[in-house]
Amino acid sequence: MKYACLVYLTESEITALSQGEWDALNHECMAFGETRVGNVERLGSEALEPTHTATTVRVRHGRITTTDGPFAETKEQLAGFYAIEAKDLDEAISFASRIPPARYGTIEIRPLRTLVVEGNTR
Amino acid sequence: MDDIHGTVDAVYRAESRRVLATLIRLIGDFDLAEEAMHEAFRAAIEQWPRDGVPANPRAWLVSAARFKAIDRIRVRKRLSRLDDDLAEQLPAETEDLAAMLDVEFEDDRLRLIFTCCHPALPPEARIALTLREVCGLTTEEIARAFLSTPSTLAQRIVRAKNKIKVAGIPYVVPTREQLPERLDAVLRVVYLVFNEGYSASSGRSLTRHDLSAEAIRVGRLLVELLPEPEAMGLLALMLLQESRRAARTSPSGDLVLLDAQDRSLWNRPLIAEGIDLLQRTLATQQVGGYTLQAAIASVHAAAPTSAATNWAAMVGWYDVLLRLEPTPVVELNRAVAVAMRDGPAAGLALVDALLERGDLADYHLAHAARADLCRRLGRSAEARAAYERALSLTQLEPERRFLERRLAELSH
Repeated sequence: MKYACLVYLTESEITALSQGEWDALNHECMAFGETRVGNVERLGSEALEPTHTATTVRVRHGRITTTDGPFAETKEQLAGFYAIEAKDLDEAISFASRIPPARYGTIEIRPLRTLVVEGNTR
Repeated sequence: MDDIHGTVDAVYRAESRRVLATLIRLIGDFDLAEEAMHEAFRAAIEQWPRDGVPANPRAWLVSAARFKAIDRIRVRKRLSRLDDDLAEQLPAETEDLAAMLDVEFEDDRLRLIFTCCHPALPPEARIALTLREVCGLTTEEIARAFLSTPSTLAQRIVRAKNKIKVAGIPYVVPTREQLPERLDAVLRVVYLVFNEGYSASSGRSLTRHDLSAEAIRVGRLLVELLPEPEAMGLLALMLLQESRRAARTSPSGDLVLLDAQDRSLWNRPLIAEGIDLLQRTLATQQVGGYTLQAAIASVHAAAPTSAATNWAAMVGWYDVLLRLEPTPVVELNRAVAVAMRDGPAAGLALVDALLERGDLADYHLAHAARADLCRRLGRSAEARAAYERALSLTQLEPERRFLERRLAELSH
């Protein structure tokens, strides 16, 4: 099964880290990128720039509205993601628990949805 | 004919949960497995009078249900891939099947428990699903037990089954790495069900025996299949608490506290079993919260009278429990034990310190404990105020009657 592991961090907590601590966490993430977890296959992963660099776009009644920042004010912000192929949820949990930022923020595991011609789930 | 009906009924009661657990693994779908199982039992009612009861009814049922499921899949015109997988997984001959299944049946029951109690499911759904799939209760029975409507419960179960499918919650016993967290989730469900049966959180009746009995049944199954220390500790705890059931309520349905209970009503075989299990658990030297609570319950169980309770041992167990689980409720219970060991003044000082911290300000038992200690110290006005506060915080009828009785006694 395919899953997305969405990495959420509280940005204010990250800015509170020293440069050395933050770099160390990034080194851990780079090393994790080379680590095998069970038979999990990595489909792709990226880290994101902080939310103050984000742009939000909406289209209503054919009109484009562009605003700054994320749409909703939440406690934790999306900081990166992994797309993986795992045997089942337990294997995905095992993978997610090894993502270094799991010790600071949270990892949300979501099954990837396949778009079909009709009868799409929602 | 009546005889066959009786036989099939008996087989259903004894085997349906095992059969279902195995079918879910083979078919990979809760609903389809359940439908197929019921069709297999219907087929048994038709065929057994004609062909005789098979030597291994369980294997016969699994085999029959498997064919029913394959038929259904064909009817649904779902591609033949799943068909082929199923056909490959199961030998066609019932003889081979029987040999293969005997090994797998017990594991399947364990898999079913872990899947129903998976932490990725909402807590209420875990309870509903466990009672439905592991214990075989009907949706109506579960709804009644939890004072909910059958439609709410049915919806909860449907959503949970859907999540199992879509999120890929596996049908396996967890790996060693995940076992501690997952076993913890299972034990929590079992203990919640037990407690809902032992001291219902609202309503007129104090206990709902059926739920406690189901929890103990699952507890026994767990200990049999996966004898981890905390699973044993929880079973010991449930047995020791259950042993006092008959003494806990008066004939009129009122609450009887431990010190006033008629100990001749305590169930001795349950106590003996609980204490034996507790001793085996303590011997593993891996002591967790359930085991410690069982140890505390065993001190009560071992005392011939309330006055003869070994309060020093009791406080000792609470000290260990408090180190493991530093919660205000554990502190409160320890304070009550200290009051019994060192006198009400010592206990009251601890309870007051706790209440002052505010954690238990809305917990009726904290105020009831304060009231009782004040009463024993002859401080009637304070006792009255605390009983009234406790009364304002509980909805459970028998507890309310108990508090009202105590209040009335103060007026004399």
